Amino acid sequence: MNRPIRGVAVTAMVIFTALLVNLSYLYVGQQEYLNERPENRRVADARFAQDRGPIMVGNTPVAESTKVKDRYKFQRTYAQGKLYAPVTGYYSYLYRTTGLEASYSSQLSGQDDSQFLTRLVNSLSGATPRGATVETTLSAKAQKAAWDALDGRKGAVVAIDYRTGAVKALVTYPSYDPNDLATHDLTASTEAWKRLNADPDKPLANRATKEIYSPGSTFKLVTAAAALDSGLTKDSLVDASPYKLPGSTKVISGSCGGTKITLTQALMVSCNPAFARLGAKLGADALRAQAEKFGFGTKFLDEIGSAASVFPEDIDAAQTAMSAIGEFETQATPLQMAMVSAAIANGGVVMDPYLVDKVLDPELRVISTAHPQQQSVALSDSNAQDLQSMMVQVVQSGTGFRAQIPGVTVGGKTGTARTSADRNPYAWFTAWADDPSVAVCVFIEDAEIPATDIAGGKLAAPIAKAVIEALR
Amino acid sequence: MSDVVGYRRRRGVEAFMLAFAIILAMGGYVLIHLTQDARLPAEWPWALAILTAIALAVHVVIRWRIPYADPLILPLVMLLNGLGLAMIHRLDLGSAERMHSAELQLTWTAVAAACCIGVIIVLRDYRVLQRYTYTLFLFGMALLMLPLVPGLGLEKNGARIWIHVGHYSFQPAELAKLVLSVAFASYLVEKREVLALAGRRFLGIELPRPRDLGPILVMWFASLAVLIFQKDLGTSLLFFGLFVMMLFVATEKPSWAILGTLLFATGAYLGYLFFGHVQVRVSSWLNPFSNYDQNYQVINGQFGIAWGGAFGTGWGLGRPNLTPLAKTDFIAAAIGEELGIAGLAAVILLYGLIVARALRASLVAKDPFGKLLAAGLAFVFAIQVFAIIGGVTRLLPLTGLTTPFMSQGGSSLVANWVMVGLLLVITHQVRRPEAIAPEPEQWLGAETTQLIPVGAGAAARTASTASTASTASSPSAVEDASVPDSTPTGPVPVVGADDDEPTQQVEGGRP
Repeated sequence: MNRPIRGVAVTAMVIFTALLVNLSYLYVGQQEYLNERPENRRVADARFAQDRGPIMVGNTPVAESTKVKDRYKFQRTYAQGKLYAPVTGYYSYLYRTTGLEASYSSQLSGQDDSQFLTRLVNSLSGATPRGATVETTLSAKAQKAAWDALDGRKGAVVAIDYRTGAVKALVTYPSYDPNDLATHDLTASTEAWKRLNADPDKPLANRATKEIYSPGSTFKLVTAAAALDSGLTKDSLVDASPYKLPGSTKVISGSCGGTKITLTQALMVSCNPAFARLGAKLGADALRAQAEKFGFGTKFLDEIGSAASVFPEDIDAAQTAMSAIGEFETQATPLQMAMVSAAIANGGVVMDPYLVDKVLDPELRVISTAHPQQQSVALSDSNAQDLQSMMVQVVQSGTGFRAQIPGVTVGGKTGTARTSADRNPYAWFTAWADDPSVAVCVFIEDAEIPATDIAGGKLAAPIAKAVIEALR
Repeated sequence: MSDVVGYRRRRGVEAFMLAFAIILAMGGYVLIHLTQDARLPAEWPWALAILTAIALAVHVVIRWRIPYADPLILPLVMLLNGLGLAMIHRLDLGSAERMHSAELQLTWTAVAAACCIGVIIVLRDYRVLQRYTYTLFLFGMALLMLPLVPGLGLEKNGARIWIHVGHYSFQPAELAKLVLSVAFASYLVEKREVLALAGRRFLGIELPRPRDLGPILVMWFASLAVLIFQKDLGTSLLFFGLFVMMLFVATEKPSWAILGTLLFATGAYLGYLFFGHVQVRVSSWLNPFSNYDQNYQVINGQFGIAWGGAFGTGWGLGRPNLTPLAKTDFIAAAIGEELGIAGLAAVILLYGLIVARALRASLVAKDPFGKLLAAGLAFVFAIQVFAIIGGVTRLLPLTGLTTPFMSQGGSSLVANWVMVGLLLVITHQVRRPEAIAPEPEQWLGAETTQLIPVGAGAAARTASTASTASTASSPSAVEDASVPDSTPTGPVPVVGADDDEPTQQVEGGRP
């Protein structure tokens, strides 16, 4: 019987070998796939249970991990959660992460390649790994000033240091409290998620960078830049008489202080017929090219994500004229409109906006530092200076007078966009100051004033003024 | 002149390895507490004492009754059992409500070890089992079909291989595999001559005579019934594989093995074609992510092993509780998670070693019943380990079989420890010197001095009792060696045949 018994022994050997080979395959061939499956709670929980570094505004952490005694070990907390929500985003077990929490996740959790050495030393010394600190470019004072000045009105404020592109303030209202989503009480987290998504005021929306709106008259800055580029100067006379749209019976009129006025005067009083006529004459292609030089069509601030602003394609002369005054299908983010002012103030150079200044390891050694990047050149230096003085006129004696600050040169442009008859218009104000070197854009989604009033100047300009003053 | 090396008892080695096994298991237990709450559990001296007492009791009984038993089997079993206990305790700690399954399992371990001791004491000559061939067969088949009895059978996780009586549930297949191994062995020893008769040749294979196909068809239908009605591929594979393999060993005809494999493959394929639940099992095996909720358990077992990686998270540091039924069906996944691929591979090798020792005993055994029984037990054990660990690691469709010695559950522990008792008894009979074989009662026990037959007519026997190497080189000598029939002409006392002392090399007398 020994021959068949040996056969049985070989069979047994084969099946045990099969078990071992299969196990090895599981490790070599399947481990990574299994660990990356979204259903894998072990991996998700372990990632969630890391001691993440803080996100700083100045010297104050706006997001930090505190030790707690539950499965996830560290609770992410957000001091002034609503104020900084569009920047920090949230760090939630059930709803993933957004904002800097998502884009700097590997650094914050200490898992980034740049932290390999620290990680190695930690694991050798047995120390608990800690994440890096992310320092933002935001100014706590400007952020707070913008929030307070918005005073519960739906809208957004963006402030940028135009020489570098560093974002100094980024506020959206209504906002949400990231603590509600980051809580380890998953039931509460689920309820908060449902409530926030069902809210008609859309508190999760980032109005500053991720939503696009008709920019109204603030877009006249782009049209003016294109006009200057075509050879006009700030003192060139333009036709301000009522303008009948080509191929249409609609007439654009406005009281601009005469029928032949300077380009400066036209901007100062936000003269619709002058800019509509100018836009039609320049043509859609020139306007679009100018808009794109300012950044239209490009997404910025990858750290938190943004929408690309739009200048419409395939439009006729009437639509071009309407687009030139920021109506029709021209749409922009408040960030983009801040960048328009920033470029004008910066001698025509558009700086790529950024939100993170430095990443520091737990021993506060610098891992990475932001380097300001030139994005594009929107207009020549002399044209930029022309436009600067035109914008200063708007503030000194035009629609933007409420943004005047004694001792500071401020240039600005108001905007009021009526998108439909049954809702209140948008109010815009975009401005720059020479000291501090900052460009600000204020957007109010729901300006509750009579349509005839210049909403941008009345509601948005004082907010921009508050932000500029906070940065002094 | 020939040198004769008899088997040494090696009980000291067994004791040493038992201590090692207990240290490993206790190490796991203590580490769990150190990693989870940074202090020793208050009960650790008790755990150590009970585990040691169990090991010591079996060890002492082996010394007393069957001193030549294989010294490796008991330490292997203690190690597996101890690791299982530690893991069950760890899963107790990890569950939402503090559970006490480990304490219960420890109690069952004691009961199971007591059963093993019972087998060793009562059944020192296992050959008496041959008297009950048909009784055991009927009993085994009844056990196998018991879960199909309405009101008694219990369906768990899609497989109906449990019965429940009152508060207790029990997997009768565990016991049935033992009973049927014995029954098959004794039936086949009786009928092997007849079954080995050649029928007609087909494709170069000698087929058995059609009239001899009866038993294999009976087992085939029984296995298909298990597959289809109990919905468990593992159990089905276990019994049919056992029967076919034993038939093959008894008759030495590969045709039986080939025929059996073909029959099983056909049956399994038909089952797949006609039964939805078999298709579900297969799809959750090949393509688990196609239905995450349905295959939650398999997938989470996989996640656990992947999470553990090569060396595991360490005792108490993984999350094996995320996998449903981690204490029973999926304990291998829990081991894989916390001890790593390396740890699980080591556990598989421990099982492999048990199988190897049993097969070795089968090879060396002299009576056909012992040979067949040892081979059968080894094979059924191997298939069980293959089916359950293969199922957990997705080499095979998942089955509801238990992981021997590790899974939580009394019935499985008792059945497997009884099997160990049987194996120990067989290995003792195989390994002891032959001179004392004819009347074991006379010689065993008090004697510390052994007698080795030397002289005329002992050549064949000395060869067969010698090392494995000599056995392997002359299998026929083993085949033909039956219980010694000649009186040794000159018994030579062997001095100092004590524990770890090598048995004296004895100069055989010239014929």
